[in-house]
Amino acid sequence: MVLGAGASGAGVWVGEVYVSSAASGGRPKVSPINDPKIRGYVFQAVLFALVVFLLYEAYDNAIENLRKAKIASGLGFWNNTAGFDIGQRLIAYTATSTYGRAFWVGLLNTLLVASIGIVLATILGFLIGIGRLSKNWIVNKLSTIYVEVIRNTPLLLQLLFWYNAVLKALPEVRDSIALPGGAYLNNRGIFTPEPVFGAAFSNVLWAFLAGLAGTIAFRVWARRRQESTGQQAPVFLVSLALIIGLPLLVYFLSGSPLTFNEVQKGRFNISGGVQIFPEFGALLLGLVIYTAAFIAEAVRAGIQAVNRGQTEASYALGLRPGPTLRLVIIPQAMRVIIPPLTSQYLNLTKNSSLAVAIGYPDLVQVFTGTVLNQTGQAVEVVAITMLVYLTISLTTSLIMNWYNARKALVER
Amino acid sequence: MSAKAMTSPAYVQQSALPALPPPASTVGVIGWMRNNLFSSPTNIALTIFGLFLAYVTIPPIIKFLVLDAVWTGTSREACLYKDGVEVGACWAFVRDRLAYTLYGSYPVDGRWRCDAFMVLGAIAIFWVLHPRAPHKSWGMLFAFAFTPLASYGLLSGNNPLAFLLEPLAIFKGGDTLVISVLVTLAIFAAGVLLARMEGLEMPKAIGAGVLAVVGAALVGFIFAAIWATFKLQPVETARWGGLTVTLVVAAVGIVVSLPLGILLALGRRSKLPIVKFFSVMFIEFVRGVPLITMLFMANTMLPLFLPERYAPDKLLRALVGIALFASAYMAEVVRSGLQALPKGQYEGAMAMGLSYGQMMRLIILPQALKVAIPNIVNTYIGLLKDTSLLLIVGIFDFLKAIENARIDPQWAAPTTSATGYAYAAIIYFIMCYGMARYAKNMEKRLAVADKR
Repeated sequence: MVLGAGASGAGVWVGEVYVSSAASGGRPKVSPINDPKIRGYVFQAVLFALVVFLLYEAYDNAIENLRKAKIASGLGFWNNTAGFDIGQRLIAYTATSTYGRAFWVGLLNTLLVASIGIVLATILGFLIGIGRLSKNWIVNKLSTIYVEVIRNTPLLLQLLFWYNAVLKALPEVRDSIALPGGAYLNNRGIFTPEPVFGAAFSNVLWAFLAGLAGTIAFRVWARRRQESTGQQAPVFLVSLALIIGLPLLVYFLSGSPLTFNEVQKGRFNISGGVQIFPEFGALLLGLVIYTAAFIAEAVRAGIQAVNRGQTEASYALGLRPGPTLRLVIIPQAMRVIIPPLTSQYLNLTKNSSLAVAIGYPDLVQVFTGTVLNQTGQAVEVVAITMLVYLTISLTTSLIMNWYNARKALVER
Repeated sequence: MSAKAMTSPAYVQQSALPALPPPASTVGVIGWMRNNLFSSPTNIALTIFGLFLAYVTIPPIIKFLVLDAVWTGTSREACLYKDGVEVGACWAFVRDRLAYTLYGSYPVDGRWRCDAFMVLGAIAIFWVLHPRAPHKSWGMLFAFAFTPLASYGLLSGNNPLAFLLEPLAIFKGGDTLVISVLVTLAIFAAGVLLARMEGLEMPKAIGAGVLAVVGAALVGFIFAAIWATFKLQPVETARWGGLTVTLVVAAVGIVVSLPLGILLALGRRSKLPIVKFFSVMFIEFVRGVPLITMLFMANTMLPLFLPERYAPDKLLRALVGIALFASAYMAEVVRSGLQALPKGQYEGAMAMGLSYGQMMRLIILPQALKVAIPNIVNTYIGLLKDTSLLLIVGIFDFLKAIENARIDPQWAAPTTSATGYAYAAIIYFIMCYGMARYAKNMEKRLAVADKR
C-alpha cells in the first residue's frame, strides 16, 4: 500500500523511536513533479497565462472586428446629441440632450422604481411571511398559495401580464375611471392631482427632520434608562408624535402651504396633474408582488429559526405575547432574515432591468437598448451598464457585511 | 356492622364509567373551526379578512378560467363578447396554437424529433432524480452524456459525434485548425485522465490517451456512416422555437452549470491565490449584474471577441450567457455545501493519503452535493424561469411563442392576452412547482438520514 511506503525512505530510527526527517528539520525529498507546492505554482502560472492569453485574444479580435465594422471606440459618444425622447424623466431631458444625460435619466428611473419597490415589497413580504405562520387556517392557506404561485412563475411573464393584460386593457381616456381624490385611471396610466408646495412648506420639512432627530435622541435615552433602571418608555407613541404629529402641527401653523393642481379631464384628452405611466405601474406592481413572495419565505424561515424555548422562557419571565414578539423573537429572527433580505433587495434592483420588455425607460432600456442601437458601441455601453449594477451590488454587500458583523451572534 | 357491608358499600362504583364524548365544541368541524378560525377576537377579524380576500380573488379567477371560458372554436369570433356579455378565457385559442407554442416554426414533419427530445429528457430526469431508481451511475451517464448528444442530433439533424473526427481534420488544416487541435487534445486528456483514475502509471496512461484519440476517430468514422443512413433533415437553430427551445436552454444550463459551478466553488476555496482570485472575481462579477446584461454581453460582445469565422449563432450565444450566469450561482450553492462539511472529513481524507482529486471525488463532493441538493434544485428552478428572458434578445422561446400568438389578428379578442398568459403560467408553474416539491422531499429525506 501507498500509505506506509514513504516511512522507510526518509527519517531514521533512534532506538525504539522513529524520527521523521520532517520533524528533525528538512522536508522529505520528493521529485519536483510530485511536490504539491511546485505543482501549485505551475498550475497557477498556466492558468494565469491562459486567462491573459484569452483576454488578449478577445481584445485583439474586438479591435479588428470594430475596425472592419467601422465602429468608433472610446467614450466620445457620451457628449453627442441623443436625438430620442424619454417619456418618464426625473431630470430635465429633451431629444437634443446628450447620451450622457440619457444615461442619468435611465439610472434615476432605475433607482426610483427600485427604491419604491423595496419599501413596498418589504411591507407586503413581512405581512405574508407572518401570514404563512399564522394559526388562522384561511390566512395561512392564502399566504401559501400566494407564495407558491408567484415564486413558481417567471417574473417576465408576470410583468407582461400586468402590462399587456391588465393595465393596457384599462378603458380609453374617454371612459377614464374616476378614483377618489380627483385622480383618473385609464390605459395611459394614473393621473393624480399635482401637489404644489408653497414657500412655507420648507418649515414642514424642517419639522420632519427635527422630529426624526428627536426620535433618535429619545430612543437612545430610553434605551440607556431601560438598561440602568429597567423602566420602559413609550418609544412608539413618542416617535409617532415627533415624526408625524410635529410636521402636521407646523403644517397647519404655517397656514397649509400645500395646494393641488387638479386634473383637467376633457372628452378625449386629459391634462394637468401628475401622470404615472402604465409602464412604471406594471414594473412596480410586478417587482413588488414577485419579490414579496421571496421576502415572505425569508421572513418565515427567520422566525422559525428562533428556538421555541425562547418563547417559552419569555412567557415564563412573565412577558405577554406582544412584548415577547417585539423584544425576544424579532431581534433574534432579524439576524437570520437580514442576509437573504439584502439579496432580495439586490435581486429586485437587478430585476428592474426587465423594464426593457415593457418599455419602461430604465437604465437598460435607455442605455443598453436605445443608446447601444444608435451608437453601436456595444463594448462601452454594456461595460458601463454592468459597472453601474456592480457598483450598486458591491456597495450594498459591503454595507450589509458590516451590519451583519455588528449584529452577528458573538460566540465565545 | 358486618364485614360484608364494610368491604362493599353499595354507593361505590365497581368499574370505571365509559368516557363521555368530548364536548361538541372541541371536536369535529365545529371544534376545528373554533381552534383554527375563531379562537380569539384577532383571529375572528383575520378570518373575516381572509374570507373577504378569498371571495374577491378566487371566484372571479375560477369564473374566468373555467365557468365562462370558451373551449371550442376556430377563430376569434368564438371568443368575442356574446350579446354584450363578457366571455372568459379563450381556450380555443390555446388549442389552436398549441403546436406553435410547443415547437415554434420547427418543420411540421420533424416535430416527432422535438417530442423524442422531451421524452429523452423526462427519462433522464426521472432516472437521475428518483431516489429508488436502479443503476444511478448509468443514469448519470445517460443524463449527462447520452441525452445531450442524442438531443443535439435529433433537433439539429447534424451528426452529434462529428467532433470525434476532428483529429483527422488536423491534416486538412484550414480555418478551424485551432478547434481541431483543441478537440483532439481534449480527447487525449480525457483518455489520460480515465487511465489515471483506473490506476495506470504515467507512460501507460499517455498510451491510453493516444489510444483514445485513435479509437475516437474510428468510432466517429463508423458512427458517421450509421448516422448518414438515418437521413435526418438538418434544421438550423433559427427555426427551433417554443417550449422546445425553453427546455433546450434549461437543459444545457442544468448540464453545464453543475460541473462548472463545482469547479468554481473548489476554485474559490482553493489555497492557490491566483485560482482563488479568478474564481472570486468571476462569481462576484456575474452575481452582481442582471442576467439581461449578461445576455446583451453574450449577444453583442461575444461575436466581437471571436474571430469572424467562428461567429456563433444566436442560440449558442444566449446559451453561453445563461450557462455562465447559472454557473456562478451554482458555485455559491456548492460552496455552501462544502462549508457545511466538518473539517474532520478533509483531515480524515488527507490522513488516508488521498490526493486532492481523490479526496474531492471520493469523500468531499459526494457529501457536499448531497447536502446541497435542495438548493441545487432551487437554482435550477431559477434557471428555468430565467430562460424566459431570452425573448428580450430575440430567441424564440416559449414565452415569445405566446407573445407572437396572442397578438396574431386571427385571434384578436378581448381575453386572448390573459388566456395566453394563464396558459404560460400554468406550464411554467407545473415545471417549477414539480421541482420545488422534489427539493422539499429531498430535504425531508436528508433530515431523516441526519437524525441520530
